[in-house]
Amino acid sequence: MAETQGGRSLVVDAVTHRYPSGALAVENINLDIKGGEIIALLGPSGCGKTTLLRIIAGFIAQTQGRIIIGDDIVDALPPNKRAVGIVFQNYALFPHLSISENVAYGLAARGIDKATRQREAQRLLELVQLPAMAERLPRQLSGGQQQRVALARALAIKPSILLLDEPFAALDKNLRLDMQIEVKRLQRVSGITTLIVTHDQEEALSMADRVAVLSHGKLEQFGSPSDVYDRPETLFVNTFVGSTNRMPGVVVTADRTAAKVRLDAGAEIIARPAGGTLSEGGRVTVCIRPEHLQFVGDETGFAGVVGMSLPLGATVVHEVTTADGSGVKVSQARIGETRALENGAAVRLAPLAPSLANAFPATL
Amino acid sequence: MGAAPASRDVTSYGMGLAAPLALFFLLFFVAPLLQLFWLSLHNDTAGLHWGLGQYLHFLTDPFSLGVLGSTLLLGAEVTAVCLVLGFPIAWLYQRVGPKLQTIIILIVLLPLLTSVVVRTFAWIVILGRQGIINATLQSLGIIDTPLKLLYTQFGVVIALAQVQMPLMTLPLITALGRIDPNLDDASCSLGAGSWRTFFRVVLPLSLPGLIAGCTLTYAAAITAFITQSLIGGGQMLFMPMYLYQQASTLQNWPFAAAISIIFLLAVLAVVSVFTTLGRMSRGYGGA
Repeated sequence: MAETQGGRSLVVDAVTHRYPSGALAVENINLDIKGGEIIALLGPSGCGKTTLLRIIAGFIAQTQGRIIIGDDIVDALPPNKRAVGIVFQNYALFPHLSISENVAYGLAARGIDKATRQREAQRLLELVQLPAMAERLPRQLSGGQQQRVALARALAIKPSILLLDEPFAALDKNLRLDMQIEVKRLQRVSGITTLIVTHDQEEALSMADRVAVLSHGKLEQFGSPSDVYDRPETLFVNTFVGSTNRMPGVVVTADRTAAKVRLDAGAEIIARPAGGTLSEGGRVTVCIRPEHLQFVGDETGFAGVVGMSLPLGATVVHEVTTADGSGVKVSQARIGETRALENGAAVRLAPLAPSLANAFPATL
Repeated sequence: MGAAPASRDVTSYGMGLAAPLALFFLLFFVAPLLQLFWLSLHNDTAGLHWGLGQYLHFLTDPFSLGVLGSTLLLGAEVTAVCLVLGFPIAWLYQRVGPKLQTIIILIVLLPLLTSVVVRTFAWIVILGRQGIINATLQSLGIIDTPLKLLYTQFGVVIALAQVQMPLMTLPLITALGRIDPNLDDASCSLGAGSWRTFFRVVLPLSLPGLIAGCTLTYAAAITAFITQSLIGGGQMLFMPMYLYQQASTLQNWPFAAAISIIFLLAVLAVVSVFTTLGRMSRGYGGA
């Protein structure tokens, strides 16, 4: 039962939007999304991701730039002519219509006859595994079921693009994972180009083929989940996605692929110059994730004193105070019997590999 | 509190709290109503002969039936005008900023802040032969002779609609405010135009407020003695005035009582039609 509409490409071309007050909501966003991709728009609240979603859907007319779906520039089209399916955060099911009427709503708007509508609604309800719910009202369904209905309703119009606005935020943790798998399954079956707006980095990294990280209306990075996590291009991306230790330092020598940085905590380490080359003598912030730090026995790395160790199950997190007084976190996998570190023990730390320490020019 | 013997159920309250109001209603509403009914069952003004003569008289008298009919029709017209004018205001209220909302609510509530008599006299000034409308139209050269606006059905409907407008708009504003604004966007993204969205989503979901508004407006419009009498003048007779004449001027208490009962039943019938319509719709209860 393949939905063969295939995914259409989506291009966000230099889109800028200014609120009537003059404040910038999004600034010069460029996204080139291939047909059939799942993209996550990731960012903290107020970063402009929902505005961008509403621009793509046609609810907001952007100040500058173009939205291109497939080969068509859709800027002049109102939302009801764009064939963009949306699943809202609160699902926005029509409370007075039955589940099957909800699913068939878009088909009715297209003037499709009642028999076809009902058949199609039933087919979609089977697709989202709710065939027995057709006659119920939305309020008689659980949150997860309502979301499936919202998905079925959006897919019923055979949209060229599917937009999901914080789709899993209202679900509890176990159900969230089920629904994430379900959405991925439906997306595979339908091959539809999908955009997920989320502030949840795990969700973005686990579901999306590529992640677009936004902050203050600007696109910080657009890349694969592993690019975003392991090779962040900006300090914001490094600190927003996953957790990280920020260690200030000074560049000793630098070229395009590696930089030697003297950390304020003592010790010189090799780091990856993220987001462009660094100038010698300039202040930098080096980001090293807790799981990318290791205890070393020799005199390499920088010294610190263990403050507290937190056994978190599969990992143990140690809090270490460095020579300059700042704290870093070290995450150790619990393999066999992990050596217990006593409070106040002197240790030396070093990054696992130079490519896992990212140096960013320090912002003033 | 009398209730709650051994086990103290904190969720139940003694009915005793409602007793003062119940007593008040019993004394000043139920008892007079029963007395009214008892009075209406007499065939003569002295109240000596029992019978259904008064009812028979009303229901076989074309003039009386005409008054009843025109009163019910007046209510329908006023309700329709209030609905057509009030719905857009209520709809607008939910879509403008807080500043405009304050202005709209002030305009909606303003009629309630002045006395009905004052408002009605204002309408006399507006609608009269030398009134604002006629003076303006004449000075613009649109009409030569003044239009007859006062003492017409049109005048009564317009004046009553203005007087009763808050009763329509307030429930509508509440009902429209309960509709999730995302439903509009959802409908639109599914390909529906504004009219389909309105008739399939907004209107059904606002039905509880719409029915409440219509019921209140209707009941208020047909019983509005002052506005009906002053704007309608002596040339238009509606049930409240008819009733007043029979009771006060002609001292025909049994007939006046019968008119009251018939009027009451007619109003109840219309209101129950509204309520039934509301039950038939599935607009009740939110998501």
